[in-house]
Amino acid sequence: MIANAAGKLPTVAPQTSESRALRAEGITKHYTTSEGTITAVDSVSLDVAPGEFLAVIGPSGCGKSTLFNIIGGLVDGYEGRVSVAGETVAGPHASIGMVFQEESTFPWRTVVENVAFPLEIARVSRAERLERARHFISLVGLEGFERRYPAELSGGMRQRVAIARTLAFEPKILLMDEPFAALDEQTRLLLGDKVLQIQQQLKQTTLLITHNITEAVQLADRILVMTYRPGRVKRFVKIDLPRPRSSEIVSSEAFGRYVAKIWSDLREEASRGMQDEETCKRQSGGDGA
Amino acid sequence: MTRDRVLPAALGLGTFTAFILAAEALIRLGFVNRFIVPLPSQVAGAFARVVAEEHVVARFFMTAGEALVAGLLLTAVGISLGALLYRVALLRAACETWIAAMASAPIVLMYPLFLVIFGRSAWTIIMIGFMAGLPPVILKTIEGFAGTRQVLVNVGRSFNLTRGQQFVKILFPAALPTIFVGLRLGLIFALINIVGVEFLINFGGLGQLINDLAERYDLPGTYVAICFVILVSVVFFEVTGRIERWLRPAE
Repeated sequence: MIANAAGKLPTVAPQTSESRALRAEGITKHYTTSEGTITAVDSVSLDVAPGEFLAVIGPSGCGKSTLFNIIGGLVDGYEGRVSVAGETVAGPHASIGMVFQEESTFPWRTVVENVAFPLEIARVSRAERLERARHFISLVGLEGFERRYPAELSGGMRQRVAIARTLAFEPKILLMDEPFAALDEQTRLLLGDKVLQIQQQLKQTTLLITHNITEAVQLADRILVMTYRPGRVKRFVKIDLPRPRSSEIVSSEAFGRYVAKIWSDLREEASRGMQDEETCKRQSGGDGA
Repeated sequence: MTRDRVLPAALGLGTFTAFILAAEALIRLGFVNRFIVPLPSQVAGAFARVVAEEHVVARFFMTAGEALVAGLLLTAVGISLGALLYRVALLRAACETWIAAMASAPIVLMYPLFLVIFGRSAWTIIMIGFMAGLPPVILKTIEGFAGTRQVLVNVGRSFNLTRGQQFVKILFPAALPTIFVGLRLGLIFALINIVGVEFLINFGGLGQLINDLAERYDLPGTYVAICFVILVSVVFFEVTGRIERWLRPAE
């Protein structure tokens, strides 16, 4: 099956309007700083089909997190349009659930109270919300930890709590901003397996922001490669690896080819980013000279 | 678990005993003047007499009651003002420096003004205690809200929380540990000022007793009264600690 993907890496054609769960059109965002106006993202357009897993990858400073915040409705004052199933998004949308890069569990709530949080806001009865929360806790493999506080869990477990909490919101679209960035490589791969299992089980439309090529190839159906600042669409790459996938796929030949291909796209952008950073440091006298 | 609880308590008690024994020795050996600091053994011996003759229990409850009312006012007014200043940036920019300056002002010296307003009553004592404790509660409340991690706020926004829900469900619980630091500081300031004003206007509870005993040059009795002031402080610390653990069990 993996051998099927051994040939050319296809570039994806645009989808038809009825197949779009999420659409972003011509997203441009400028920030005004003391050094002038910076364009964080420039004319970025993307579509995500129902049940599809799209990963957005790019070097640091390419505006990935800005794009995440715009799609999630946390940032305004941008050009372009974000729509969910054809409905324009202005502000946080009930169909979009977000998982953040930073540790985001509520330290004053137990695991089950954290996961039940969106249901509490939706005024679901206590008994029902606890039952539903337990279902999602079990989905992320944290049975037995319901009464624990986040401080008693590892970083990977806390991130699973955050994922379960967002899933309990039952969003049509799951947005994740580098959710495994703070974790070690083994935990990252195993958590990737867990996310894949859940995504397949729930047929969850997912948009993952990441800078990790292995993670993107392991998880995604398609990858959007972004340029360094300003962040533009460099290329969409379809990942033709068989499903269901697990972390074992990282050792396959086809996987390696995808990683190499995406790295060749990214290397140039990452180099530009590094040079830009060095130039800034020199100009500010921060190079230690 | 038992070891974790017993060891600190044993160490604390041991250190306290060692301090008392050292004080006893220094006074007996003449390194500390016994006409300024009485022997700890004399202070211990005076407890029964002061409790029986000076109505210490009633005075204890009077001072504790004044501190409780001041503490409740501090909680209601201080936290509300802190929340208001956090929400209204202009007001915060205008007032924060003044409030910080007020924290270091010797408000107790304004007692004649309070006497004019509230008369020679417990309310004068309570209001001076309240005013003295207000700045740390306001400042720490602002600090607590401002220090809430942005990602927690964003989680709330992503779940479409209203501003009220955002405040009650996220900002307030996140700020609670810092708010409690402010409340404890406020209570310390309030208690110092309450005892100070009782002493100055010769009215009320333990402060008045300290004044009386000091004027009679009953040094062991004075120190006994001071011990009861410390007991009020200990009771309030224990109560606030329990309330905080109840509100934030994870801490």
